[in-house]
Amino acid sequence: MFPIVHARQLSDAVFEMGVHAPAIAKKAKAGQFLMLRIDEDGERIPLTFSDWSAEEGWIRFIFMRVGKTTHKLSNLGVGDSLADVVGPLGVPTHVEDMGRVVVVGGGVGTAVAYPVARAMCAAGAEVTVIVGARNADLVILEDEFRALPLKELIVTTDDGSAGRKDLVTAPLKELCEAGAVDHAMAIGPVIMMKFCAATTREYKVPTVVSLNPIMVDGTGMCGACRCTVDGETKFGCVDGPDFDGHAVDFEELMSRQRVYSDDERLADAEYDRECRCHS
Amino acid sequence: MSLVDDTATPAPEKPRHRPARIPRTPMPERDAAKRAKDFEEVTLGYTEEMARAEASRCLQCKNPTCIEGCPVNIDIKSFIGEMINGDYHAAVAVLKERNALPAVCGRVCPQEEQCEAQCVLAKKGESVAIGRLERWLGDFDLACELEGRCVPVVGEDTGKRVAVVGSGPAGLACAGELRRFGHAVTIFESLHATGGVLTYGIPEFRLPKHIVQAEVGLLEEMGVEIVCDVVVGATYTIDELMAEEGFDAVFVGNGAGLPMFMGIPGENLNGVYSANEFLTRANLMRAYDFPKVDTPIWRGRKVAVVGGGNVAMDAARTAKRLGAEEVFLVYRRTADEMPARKEEVHHAQEEGVEFKMLCSPVEVLGKDGWVTGIVANTMELGEPDASGRRAPVCVMGADFTIDCDTVIMALGTRANPLLPKTTPDMELSKRGYIVADENGATSKPGVYAGGDIVTGSATVILAMGAGKRAARAMDEWLMGTAR
Ligand SMILES: Cc1cc2nc3c(=O)[nH]c(=O)nc-3n(C[C@H](O)[C@H](O)[C@H](O)COP(=O)(O)OP(=O)(O)OC[C@H]3O[C@@H](n4cnc5c(N)ncnc54)[C@H](O)[C@@H]3O)c2cc1C
Ligand SMILES: Cc1cc2nc3c(=O)[nH]c(=O)nc-3n(C[C@H](O)[C@H](O)[C@H](O)COP(=O)(O)OP(=O)(O)OC[C@H]3O[C@@H](n4cnc5c(N)ncnc54)[C@H](O)[C@@H]3O)c2cc1C
Ligand code: SF4
Ligand code: SF4
Ligand code: FES
Repeated sequence: MFPIVHARQLSDAVFEMGVHAPAIAKKAKAGQFLMLRIDEDGERIPLTFSDWSAEEGWIRFIFMRVGKTTHKLSNLGVGDSLADVVGPLGVPTHVEDMGRVVVVGGGVGTAVAYPVARAMCAAGAEVTVIVGARNADLVILEDEFRALPLKELIVTTDDGSAGRKDLVTAPLKELCEAGAVDHAMAIGPVIMMKFCAATTREYKVPTVVSLNPIMVDGTGMCGACRCTVDGETKFGCVDGPDFDGHAVDFEELMSRQRVYSDDERLADAEYDRECRCHS
Repeated sequence: MSLVDDTATPAPEKPRHRPARIPRTPMPERDAAKRAKDFEEVTLGYTEEMARAEASRCLQCKNPTCIEGCPVNIDIKSFIGEMINGDYHAAVAVLKERNALPAVCGRVCPQEEQCEAQCVLAKKGESVAIGRLERWLGDFDLACELEGRCVPVVGEDTGKRVAVVGSGPAGLACAGELRRFGHAVTIFESLHATGGVLTYGIPEFRLPKHIVQAEVGLLEEMGVEIVCDVVVGATYTIDELMAEEGFDAVFVGNGAGLPMFMGIPGENLNGVYSANEFLTRANLMRAYDFPKVDTPIWRGRKVAVVGGGNVAMDAARTAKRLGAEEVFLVYRRTADEMPARKEEVHHAQEEGVEFKMLCSPVEVLGKDGWVTGIVANTMELGEPDASGRRAPVCVMGADFTIDCDTVIMALGTRANPLLPKTTPDMELSKRGYIVADENGATSKPGVYAGGDIVTGSATVILAMGAGKRAARAMDEWLMGTAR
């Protein structure tokens, strides 16, 4: 069992959680993820590390409540435990020799962008961060980003309630146009990553995206996570999750994420009903 | 008996065994129509009477050829002999000298190609049902209270610590044997449950999970520590296990778990599964109970399974049980060449799985991201290939379409590079398997390996045999002397 040692709500549907897992905390690197299972009947789901402490033996992740598992997870707090936490999985994000780099975080992807930006700063890169959200309430980790030695932090919202009223691609385009970046990294909803990659392609700025296909084991055993990159099938969990954004088949990824949508909606609705009955 | 001293009382001679001349005892099975709707075990096992009757057919040969047919050389003649005498505990003890998991192997060994193929009665097609007897004894042993069970004696503490990577048959057998020698053993398993393929791959209806769990429980009883949720190569590297975590030796039994695909167009459409994913969702994650459990599975109505091995049979029969109306097995040779066990092929046919032989998929068709069918080439059998089987060759211009909404690829597996990648000083074969000698020793001192990760996908009994052999070599390496 993995005791929950930290729990905090960041916005309406976004939560931060910390778990005691010393062996994993010792090895975690930016861009890697874990698989967790809440209880005996639970599903295994992947979540990216948002932070960790090898000394204190904890890891943290930030998740958005989208379905039954993340819903159940959002109802847990300090004192509860998770049945299983496995990691660190996936290839760490490449952070060395990035020169001038722009890191784009959209929605809950911002949680993944944070440790990546931090690691790139530590590796001596000149880092610009663009954080995008639908509105001011959904902007997360702003203070944490401000504490990093960034070149610039740009916040965009769809409705202008915080920062610029724009999509993340607008400032990204400006930076590319100005020739101000050597590398880009985009982490967030697939549609956002797709448009970021389309934006940077024009300027030939190498762009890495962090893919989030559906997974089962997270260790290369099942192939649920296959993605097409450069016409070749790759396993997201062991070959990724980072891939060349200019070579990824985003349409396929979006389609594959929907395999269980109907089932999942049903399960979550039922869980929701149960919760209401009990409270 | 002495010829000189005729006053000595002769030892009471056992009554000579007279083999019964009766036909091979059939195994009771559940009705095909009923069983294809649930996940309970298909075969019911012998009753004690049936087991005694079947045992009595054994000739107790002077030269028991059956033993050579068993990859771990179980003393088949003796265990059946003990059964004939009615001493089941002694019979179990004979089995367990060589095979730690008789209840498992009795169910899943390809006996018809191994021990039973070499039985002298096989020529008449009436070999002793060695596997079924083994299963009966294994179940007898499991049903005994723990005191009555054949619990291996744990040796005196040696002060040595061994890490075992993977809790499949290779790892379990190795751990048990190491413990018997008195070493402290910790198994690290990457999944949340133990058993390897026995748990995530082979379905409940062929191998009930409580059997696997009982065997794992026995190891714990012997003092083997089991830690799940640890991926060696990620959570710890092998070097870290040895340098920082205090292990004196490591056994790698991580299986060959990377599923293969055909590399044909449309293979990433929704509704295309690897057999590993399909079976893992169904077995390990119990998706058949969704939404009571949280893991979903796509329940196709028309399912095409590509392949002809045990894995393909398991996938096809699982699809049936998940409610598919039609299940096709698509195989490029003929039923005779299928590597699956005959018994499983027969069971699949009984349950209504339709065999489409001599065809090979060239494309998966789709609409709106979902599978709608497969295009397959018609094949014919040509000259024998390296495996001795006649190689399928494509008949030009004879491709056709099979309508389906689900495709399950059961094409075999390869070595998972996750662990070797972080162990650069361990030699690998060209295809990524770990190179080990006949005792399991790898090129890295103190590191041994066995099972599918060395041989490629093989069988449960071979993996267990390899685990056990490696344990003996490791003991010798750790203690500096042979026992
Ligand atoms: C490598 C990796 C890292 C991830 N990191 C994070 C993270 O740090 N924070 C976070 O909030 N989420 C992350 N995700 C996504 C997260 O795993 C899913 O949101 C989660 O599995 C949903 O589970 P659920 O049961 O709550 O929702 P479900 O009921 O399973 O799904 C609800 C909806 O979410 C979609 N969905 C399902 N699985 C995924 C998925 N893997 N990715 C995207 N959408 C999905 C479904 O199509 C469905 O519409 C990551 C995914 C991957 C593969
Ligand atoms: C569906 C199916 C049906 C089969 N049917 C039969 C049959 O009827 N008869 C028969 O004899 N054989 C059958 N086989 C083959 C047989 O199951 C295998 O040959 C056997 O299980 C191999 O044992 P193993 O211990 O080498 O590996 P596995 O059983 O694969 O076990 C390996 C274990 O190691 C774990 N692991 C992997 N990587 C790591 C890591 N890095 N760190 C920690 N743990 C790790 C895995 O999760 C797994 O639990 C079947 C196989 C399949 C897939
Ligand atoms: S282990 Fe398998 S091959 Fe050996 S005797 Fe038992 S059933 Fe036969
Ligand atoms: S070969 Fe057949 S008959 Fe002879 S001892 Fe073995 S099982 Fe019995
Ligand atoms: S999640 Fe199973 S192989 Fe990637």
